[in-house]
Amino acid sequence: MSIATVALVSIGAHPASGRARRAEHDARAVELGLQLAGDSLHVLHAGNPHEPALRAYLGMGLSELHVLEQSDGNDAVPILRDYLRESGVQLVLAGSQAETGEGSGMLPYLLAEQLGWPLVVGVAQIESIHNGVALVLQALPRGQRRRLKVRLPFLATVDNAAPKARQSAYGPATRGEIDVEAVEVVIDDLSTQGAFQAAKPRPKRLKVIKAKSGADRMKAATAKAAGGSGQVLKGVSAEEGAQAILKLLIEEGVVR
Amino acid sequence: MSDIIRRDPRAEWIARNRLHPLHAAMQPTQLSWMGPNGVLRKNVHGVGFIGPNGIKRIDRSGEQQAGASKRTASVAVQLPLHQVAAPAFYIAVVPDMVGGRLSSHDRDLLGLAHQLAGTDGAVLAVVFGESKETAFATAGVDRLLLLDSQGYAPEQQVVGLRAVDNQFAPKHWLLPDSRNGGGELGRRMAASLGERPATRVWQVKDGQCVGRAGAGLQDLAQPVPRLILAAVECAEPVSETRHEALEVELSTDAPRCLPRIEDLGAVDVDPAAIPMAEAEFILSGGNGVKDWALFHKTAAALGATEGASRVAVDDGFMDRDRQVGASGTWVTARVYVAVGISGAIQHLQGIGACDKVVAINLDPACDMIKRADLSVIGDGEAVLQALIAAVDNWRHGAKQDAA
Ligand SMILES: Cc1cc2nc3c(=O)[nH]c(=O)nc-3n(C[C@H](O)[C@H](O)[C@H](O)COP(=O)(O)OP(=O)(O)OC[C@H]3O[C@@H](n4cnc5c(N)ncnc54)[C@H](O)[C@@H]3O)c2cc1C
Repeated sequence: MSIATVALVSIGAHPASGRARRAEHDARAVELGLQLAGDSLHVLHAGNPHEPALRAYLGMGLSELHVLEQSDGNDAVPILRDYLRESGVQLVLAGSQAETGEGSGMLPYLLAEQLGWPLVVGVAQIESIHNGVALVLQALPRGQRRRLKVRLPFLATVDNAAPKARQSAYGPATRGEIDVEAVEVVIDDLSTQGAFQAAKPRPKRLKVIKAKSGADRMKAATAKAAGGSGQVLKGVSAEEGAQAILKLLIEEGVVR
Repeated sequence: MSDIIRRDPRAEWIARNRLHPLHAAMQPTQLSWMGPNGVLRKNVHGVGFIGPNGIKRIDRSGEQQAGASKRTASVAVQLPLHQVAAPAFYIAVVPDMVGGRLSSHDRDLLGLAHQLAGTDGAVLAVVFGESKETAFATAGVDRLLLLDSQGYAPEQQVVGLRAVDNQFAPKHWLLPDSRNGGGELGRRMAASLGERPATRVWQVKDGQCVGRAGAGLQDLAQPVPRLILAAVECAEPVSETRHEALEVELSTDAPRCLPRIEDLGAVDVDPAAIPMAEAEFILSGGNGVKDWALFHKTAAALGATEGASRVAVDDGFMDRDRQVGASGTWVTARVYVAVGISGAIQHLQGIGACDKVVAINLDPACDMIKRADLSVIGDGEAVLQALIAAVDNWRHGAKQDAA
């Protein structure tokens, strides 16, 4: 498959130390792109080309990485949109959430909206691309998967369900080239409204017992698992019991 | 009923013991009430109580202690009704409705919506697809809008939400920032409206909202925008009022959009590969299971992840990582089927978060039955065998219907 594929990458931050690193989700997007397009994968970053952490992506076996140069606090959407529109790409892969800045995860959505492309979120695997139609496995919560059919060109975001990113090797990382392109900058207005602050630990929710009397409180504290409105089938045959259970399982949609 | 007055020493004892959990239920009923002609009627026989040695006692201090009353089942308290006749504005909430019911995240969101609505605004819940929820009223829904939707159709849902936006012009839109669809739908809608949402919001106070930013090392505080994607426990759920949950409708149907993403349906995944804590559907076996081969076969037939009680694990029938309970895994399954598990407190703790519990057990008095939503009293082996047969039957039937 040699579909023109672009992976968008950003600079990540280590969750404990905050040190710059390759972003986890973006690295997975690169991995998925490498599996699909091999050497023809085009990796794109909008931001500072001199950031050393960018080289970690090159260490995954890329020969070059393209950077649209802009400084912090600039809006990446318009320049990425113009770049992608002109480059004739068919498939854009991105991580689902940035690790620095606001990290709202809006970028792929805005890009897709402005390019007029469909967006598939939480991709676990791209199974096949034939005649301009892709079969995509989407990851759902609780380890479930859903198969989707979508026409190229499209945008896909990946998260932790996508294949794990390969290790970054030092040699290729230093050898790889960073190709810088200067672009017109667009100021992002968030910096004028929002204020970043160190994350406050969130208080644990307390179990509040609203009781009018001491007896009620006692009851709430000592009560066992409430004998609720459970239905008890006694003296029925095994078949009837099984039917009742199956009916509930089908109603809940867990048996397919 | 006979007229013979029978004393129930235990009830009397409970009625005297203010610390007993059932004390409140043993209190006498009304002693005086307003008659039809406006005359105050009193039940003189209800006054006082029969003391321990059979003599009637009247307590003039006002602290009635009676066991003489008939047992009354504890009445469900009717919460006060919160009505918004003519809403000044709407706060729209789009709950996830995992499995067709409000999740706890959805309830937190409805709580936050009420904070924002105050007394003049109404909370409008927009629910896609079929809903099995019966408690919209107590969860804090003033107006309910049901939109139909089938399968995975986020683009069509956004069109629907935009139609709602045009008609009701909500002051705020609240969506759960979850992986169950809310986070995606909210962002799609924000992109489509061209508005900047606040994401992962965990606090809204005095016109400012605070949400997690980046990889969670920072918070972002900003003025409350119209679109809010809120995290879990962003506010306390509604618990002290009852709401109308009046159904409203869209004046014009949302236009159909051509789906660009086609849903080919769920893919079978190996249930054993799903981590137990995450699994949606667990079949769990305990000391009452004798035929483990049959148990594994049933789990495979149902497509359930396997779990076990501690006894089953200690006896070597199941792996240690399959143990459910206090010293094993705390599971969050939506449906939990317990076969031959008595329901020891250590086990019940582990399934506290489960939605529907099904018990198969020989003993109708065991604690698992008290916890379960559906219990079948009978031999586990026979029921499992019947269950395999029933599933096979159903699958074939369903296939024939489809063909
Ligand atoms: C510190 C501590 C931690 C613990 N942690 C855990 C924990 O994490 N998880 C856990 O599970 N336990 C835990 N336990 C053990 C727990 O207290 C119970 O001993 C255990 O859960 C009981 O397992 P059971 O229900 O399978 O067995 P039993 O209590 O023996 O129950 C067997 C049930 O099967 C039924 N039965 C028998 N034959 C049949 C049949 N043919 N068909 C249908 N039903 C049948 C019986 O009626 C009975 O109800 C812990 C205990 C301690 C002290």
